[in-house]
Amino acid sequence: MLYVVIIFLGLSLLMYVILGGADFGAGILEMFTPASMRDQLRDTTYKTIGPIWEANHMWLIIAIVILFVGFPPIYTTLSVHLHIPLALMLIGIIGRGTAFVFRHYDAYKDDMQKVYNFVFTYSSFITPFFLGLIFGAAVGGQIDPEAKSFYEAYIHPWFNLFSISVGIFTIAICGFLASVFLVGEAKRPEVKSFVIKKAKLFIVFVVLAGGFVFGASIIDEVPLVGLLFTEWITIGILVLATLAIALLWLNLKNGNKILVRLLSGFVVAAILSAFGYHYFPDLIILKSGENLSVFNSSATGKSITTLAWALMIGSVFILPSLFYLLYSFQSGNEVEKNA
Amino acid sequence: MEDLLAARSQMALSMAFHIIFACIGMVMPFFMATSHYKYLKTNNPLYLDLTKAWSKGVAIFFVTGAVSGTMLSFELGLLWPEFMLHAGPIFGMPFSLEGTAFFIEAIALGFFLYGWGKFKPWFHWFTGVVIGVSGLASGILVVAANGWMNSPSGFDYVDGKFLNIDPIAAMFNDAWFTQALHMSLAAFVSTGFAVAGIHAYMMLKGQNIEFHRKAFTIAIFFGAVAALLQPISGDISAKDIAVRQPAKLAAMEAHFETSKAAPLIIGGIPDVEAKEVNYAIKIPGALSFLAHGDFEAEVIGLDQFPEEHHPPVAIVHYAFQIMVGLGMVLVSLSLLYFISLWKKKNWQVKRWFLWLFVIATPLGFIALEAGWTVTEVGRQPWIIYEIMLTKDAVTPIPGIQYSFFIFTAIYVSLAAIVSFLLYRQIKAVPESLKNNTHTSSES
Ligand code: HDD
Ligand code: HEM
Ligand code: HEM
Repeated sequence: MLYVVIIFLGLSLLMYVILGGADFGAGILEMFTPASMRDQLRDTTYKTIGPIWEANHMWLIIAIVILFVGFPPIYTTLSVHLHIPLALMLIGIIGRGTAFVFRHYDAYKDDMQKVYNFVFTYSSFITPFFLGLIFGAAVGGQIDPEAKSFYEAYIHPWFNLFSISVGIFTIAICGFLASVFLVGEAKRPEVKSFVIKKAKLFIVFVVLAGGFVFGASIIDEVPLVGLLFTEWITIGILVLATLAIALLWLNLKNGNKILVRLLSGFVVAAILSAFGYHYFPDLIILKSGENLSVFNSSATGKSITTLAWALMIGSVFILPSLFYLLYSFQSGNEVEKNA
Repeated sequence: MEDLLAARSQMALSMAFHIIFACIGMVMPFFMATSHYKYLKTNNPLYLDLTKAWSKGVAIFFVTGAVSGTMLSFELGLLWPEFMLHAGPIFGMPFSLEGTAFFIEAIALGFFLYGWGKFKPWFHWFTGVVIGVSGLASGILVVAANGWMNSPSGFDYVDGKFLNIDPIAAMFNDAWFTQALHMSLAAFVSTGFAVAGIHAYMMLKGQNIEFHRKAFTIAIFFGAVAALLQPISGDISAKDIAVRQPAKLAAMEAHFETSKAAPLIIGGIPDVEAKEVNYAIKIPGALSFLAHGDFEAEVIGLDQFPEEHHPPVAIVHYAFQIMVGLGMVLVSLSLLYFISLWKKKNWQVKRWFLWLFVIATPLGFIALEAGWTVTEVGRQPWIIYEIMLTKDAVTPIPGIQYSFFIFTAIYVSLAAIVSFLLYRQIKAVPESLKNNTHTSSES
C-alpha cells in the first residue's frame, strides 16, 4: 500500500509541474510579449486555461495532503527549514490565482486591469521559481536540523547557487510548456508564428538553464552530475528527452498539435523521472548526509492503508471527470449547443 | 510580539478569512442552482440573468477561497510543525477525502462557469449542483478534522507516543457530527442573510426591483430555514461539550465554580481575578438545564481545572454571547419573514421591512466568526485537547511576527479588492440587464 501512496505522490507532483507549470508559463510568456500582441495572447490564454486552471492547481493540494498524512517528517522538515521560500511561494500563488480571475471578472475594464496584469505576470514568475528552489533545496543537502544560527538553519538551506539554479530551470520549463501548448491554440497566423518563436527560445532557455543546474551542482558540491551519468537508466531517459526536444523543434510549425504537446509533456516527465529515479527513495537530503526517504519517514499501518484507499477511490471519481473537462474545452470540440 | 502569539494570530486571521469564502463557496452554488432551475422550468430570462450575475460573484469568491485554503494547508506545517508531525497521520483521513471533494468541485466549476451554451441545459444545471454538494462535503470533512482536535480519538496515547492509529475512528470523533451540523447550518445562515441583505438594499434603491426580489426570495428562504434550526443544533452542541469539553463550556458561561442548579449568565463582564461576573443577568438553574436537561444537575466549573489550563475566559464568554445574541436576532427576522410570506404579503414591499434585512447583512458572518472563536479559543491552551499544548506545537523559527504582518497586509488588501469587485459587479447588474436579457452570450 505504501507504493500506491508513493505513486500518487509522484504522479501529483508530475501533474502539478506539467499542468500547473503550463499555467504559470502563460503568465511568464505574457511578460515577454510586446504590447501589440498582448491582448490576443491573453485572450487565447484565457480561452484555453480558463476552465481548467483551478483543477490544475489541485494537484499541489493533493501532494501536500499526501505529504502530511503519509510522510509527516518530510512535510514538517520542509516547513521548518524552508519556511521563508514556502511563504514566498504562497504569496505568489495567492497573487497569481486571484489576479487571473479578477482581471476577467471585473465588471469594468479600466486601469485596474494594469494592476491585475502586473500581479499576474510577476507572480507567475515568482511561484515556479520558489517551487523549483524548494525542490532544489530539498535534495541539495544543506538542510541541517542541528544548526544553531538563524542563517544556517533557515536561510542557507535554500539560499545557495544550486537551489537558485533549479528555480531558474523551473521557470524555463514553465515558459516552454506554455508556449508549446499555445502553439496549438493560436488561430491567427501572426500570433502563431510569434508563439512558435517563443517556444524555440524557451527550448534554448531550458537547455541553458539545465546546463546551469549542472554547473551549480558542481560548484555547490551536490553530487548530481557524477551520479546521474553513471546510472544507465537515467542516461537513457535523458537521451530520450533530448531526442524528444529535437523532434519537437522540427514539428513545432506544422506538426500535429497533440503530438507536439505530448512531446513537451514527455520531455518534462522524463527530466523529472530521471531526477526521481536518481534520488529515489529519498526526498530530503540532510547536511549530515542522512536522508529522509519515503521508507524511513512514512506513517505506518492504517494511516497508509486508508490514505491509499482514499486516493484510489478518489481517482475513480476525479480522473474521468477531469478527462471529460479537458476534452470538452479543447478548441474545436463544441459539445452540443445550448438552445 | 512573541512568536507563539504571532503564530496564533496568523492562524486565527487565516481561518477567519478563509471561512467567509468557504461558506460562500458552499452555499452560493445552491442559490445559483435554484435560480437556474427556475429558469429552466419557467423560461423567465430574469432567472437566467440572476444565475449568471451570481456565478460571476461566485468565481471571484471561489478563487479567493481556493488560494486562502491552499495557504492554510501549508500554514498548518509552517506554524505548527510539531502538531502536524503527530496529528497528520491520525486526522489526515478527512483531508485526503477532502482532496477528492475539492477536485470535483474545481472540475464542476470549470464546467459550470465556462459551459454556457456548450452543454445540454440539464447537464449544465447538474454541474452547478455538483459544485454545491462537493463544497458542502469538503466543509463537513474539514470540520471533522477540527472536531478531532477538540475531541481526539482513534489512537492510544502511551508515554507521549501515538499508537494504534485508526484514521477512520479519528474522523468519526465525538465532536464531528454536532460541529458539522452546526457549521453547515451556519454557512447557510450567514450567506443567506448576507445575500438577501444586499438585494434588499438594491430594492430600496429602486433598481430592477423584480430581479432583486427574485434574488432576495431565494437567499432568504435558505437563510431563514437554517436560522430557525440553528438554536436547536446549538443546543445539541452545548449539551455535547458539557460532556466532552467542560472547560470550554465553563469559559463560555464564565462559570467559575462547579455547582448544582447552575445559573445561566447572560452578558456581564467576567472578572477572572475575583472569579465572578459583574453586571450580568443570571437565570437560576438554566445552565444546568441547558447543559444536562435538568435544572438541578451539576455543571463543572473552571475550578476543576488547573489555572494554567484555563481558556481565556473573557474572550470565549463575549464571543458566545455575541453568537447566541445574533442567532436570536436572526431567528426573529426569519419568523418575521415567514409571517410576511403567509399572512402579511404587503410587508414585503415596505421600506422598514427591507431595511431590517439590510441591517442584518453582516450579522450571520459575525455570529459565525464569534462561534469559531468560542470553539478555537475555548480549546486553549490545548491544540489537541488534553494531549498536546499549543505552545509545544509552534514552529521553532523566530520572527513569526513579520510573517503575520505580511499576511495581514495581504488579507486586508484581498478583502478590499474583493469588496471593490463585488461592488462593481452589483453596480453593473442593470447594464447587463439592458444588454443581454435574452441572449445566453458568453460571460
Ligand atoms: C451563523 C452563525 C451562528 C449562529 C447564529 C449560532 N452559531 Fe453556534 N457556532 C457557529 C455559528 C453560529 C460556528 C461558527 O459555526 C461554530 C464554531 C464551530 C462550530 O462547529 O460551529 C459554533 C459553535 C458553537 C458551539 C461550540 C461547539 C463546539 O465547540 O463544539 C456552541 C455550544 C454553539 N455554537 C451554540 C450556539 C447556540 C446555542 C446558538 C443559538 C442561537 C448558536 N450557536 C447560534
Ligand atoms: C474556518 C473556521 C475556523 C476559524 C475561524 C478558526 C479560528 C481559529 C482561531 C481564532 C485560532 C486561535 C486560537 C488561539 O490561539 O487562541 C485558531 C487556531 C487553530 N485552528 Fe482554527 N479555526 C477554524 C477552523 C479550523 C479547522 C477546520 C482546523 C483544522 C482542521 C483548525 C485548526 C487550527 C489550528 C491547528 C490552530 C492553532 C493551534 C491553536 O491555537 O490551538 N481550525 N483557529
Ligand atoms: C471550518 C473550516 C473550513 C471550511 C468549512 C472549509 C470549507 C472550504 C470550502 C467549501 C472550500 C471550497 C472553495 C470555495 O468554495 O471557495 C474550501 C477551499 C479550500 N480549503 Fe477550506 N475549509 C475550512 C478550513 C480549511 C482548512 C483548515 C484547510 C487546510 C488545512 C483548508 C484547505 C482548503 C483548500 C486547500 C481549499 C482550496 C480547494 C480548491 O481549490 O477548491 N480549509 N474550503
